[in-house]
Amino acid sequence: MKYAAPVTVEEAQHLLASDEEAQVFAGATDLIPQIRAGRKQPPLTVDLKRIPRLVNMRVEGNTWVIGAAVSAAQLSSNPDLAVDFPGMTEAAALIGSDQIQSRATLGGNLCNASPAADTVPAMIVNGAVGVIATSEGTRMVPVSDIAIGPGSTCLAPGEFLLELLVERPPLRTADAYLRFIPRTEMDIAVVGAAARVTLAEDGVVESSRIAIGAVAPTVLRVDEAEAALAGRVIDDDLLDEIATAASERGSPITDKRGTADFRRHVVGVLTKRVVAAAAQRAGGSQ
Amino acid sequence: MSRTHVTCTINGDEVEFLAFDGQTLLDALRDEVQLIGVKEGCSTGDCGACSVILDDMLTCSCLVFAPEVEGRSLTTVEGLAEGDQLHPLQQSFLEGAALQCGICTPGFLVAAKSLLDKNPDPTEEEVRYAVAGNLCRCTGYDKIVRSILSAAADIRETM
Repeated sequence: MKYAAPVTVEEAQHLLASDEEAQVFAGATDLIPQIRAGRKQPPLTVDLKRIPRLVNMRVEGNTWVIGAAVSAAQLSSNPDLAVDFPGMTEAAALIGSDQIQSRATLGGNLCNASPAADTVPAMIVNGAVGVIATSEGTRMVPVSDIAIGPGSTCLAPGEFLLELLVERPPLRTADAYLRFIPRTEMDIAVVGAAARVTLAEDGVVESSRIAIGAVAPTVLRVDEAEAALAGRVIDDDLLDEIATAASERGSPITDKRGTADFRRHVVGVLTKRVVAAAAQRAGGSQ
Repeated sequence: MSRTHVTCTINGDEVEFLAFDGQTLLDALRDEVQLIGVKEGCSTGDCGACSVILDDMLTCSCLVFAPEVEGRSLTTVEGLAEGDQLHPLQQSFLEGAALQCGICTPGFLVAAKSLLDKNPDPTEEEVRYAVAGNLCRCTGYDKIVRSILSAAADIRETM
């Protein structure tokens, strides 16, 4: 297993073109355990962290441009990002210990394609778009379409994620992310839920996006709940209505983290709470 | 099997070693550099026994490929003491009996140093979060947390 650390996108593309089995990585927090477990045996590993474009983040016009190899620690220590996307920032901050925060990346969390990835529902509700390096140049794919099943993405051999684009939120808009784990820290989501809510001046919901994780092979939008919220004032009855919609949306499995019935119940509860939290933030209070 | 030449700074000294293909930083530190303070626990990033500080960031060396540290700066537990003079954290762990079998201790010390370098006056809660990535199977967490708080106070006094 060879190791290469290209310093430009072109050099990385060239390396990947040289070997179809080559594996890109950023933090390696998923890759190294997968190699040790015998699930992957790439002949060439390509470290993307020496490419400046992939480890920097900036605002360009009205859009956040976040390098695919920006670490969770970099994300959660950026005060401006936390103002625009408190939910996405808290999702990144929930991943693992300080030791993992320094290595784990937004791009890796997405491309590892775990149904339980914490940042993916939060990126989806914010309409994040992935910029993918291809042999011809780049292509843009919404984050919701990148993971297509557990451990698999829409990226072709030779392609890799360059950066994530997230438009800054409009007025009276905020996001939130919540997950359930059986302890307070250091665990993988049994269920996750993210919401972004935009309120009209009179306090009714103008628009919303809701995404739920770990209840299906990929993160799901809850269209029915989003439709139910539109044009209404959030109250307990409405929250119960969207909880039911979220519970019915998923197709969870039973595993060591929880039963399917438990996940169906909890995703409803979390959806209710996360919408209420996002709406409260959108109303101006954190 | 080819080997990669790696040059980096470890505990202030320039170090060169040859890394095997696929070798982790943990294995290279122990087998090529003979720094055996860093311990292997789970090798999946859960236990923190292999913690090192890599360019000011606390990291599990089991989750780093050895050639990644080319040109970078590392602190391991061997870098804490100055000659025969133990680091205040080490002294405090001894005095507070913050270890039993000791295999988790280097990782806890490095994690605690990383915290105190950034936050010299942490609350108990901040200490507990800072060592949440370190597991102790002898269930000595309270003594560890108290020893870190006590070392922090000692360091502040001498500053």
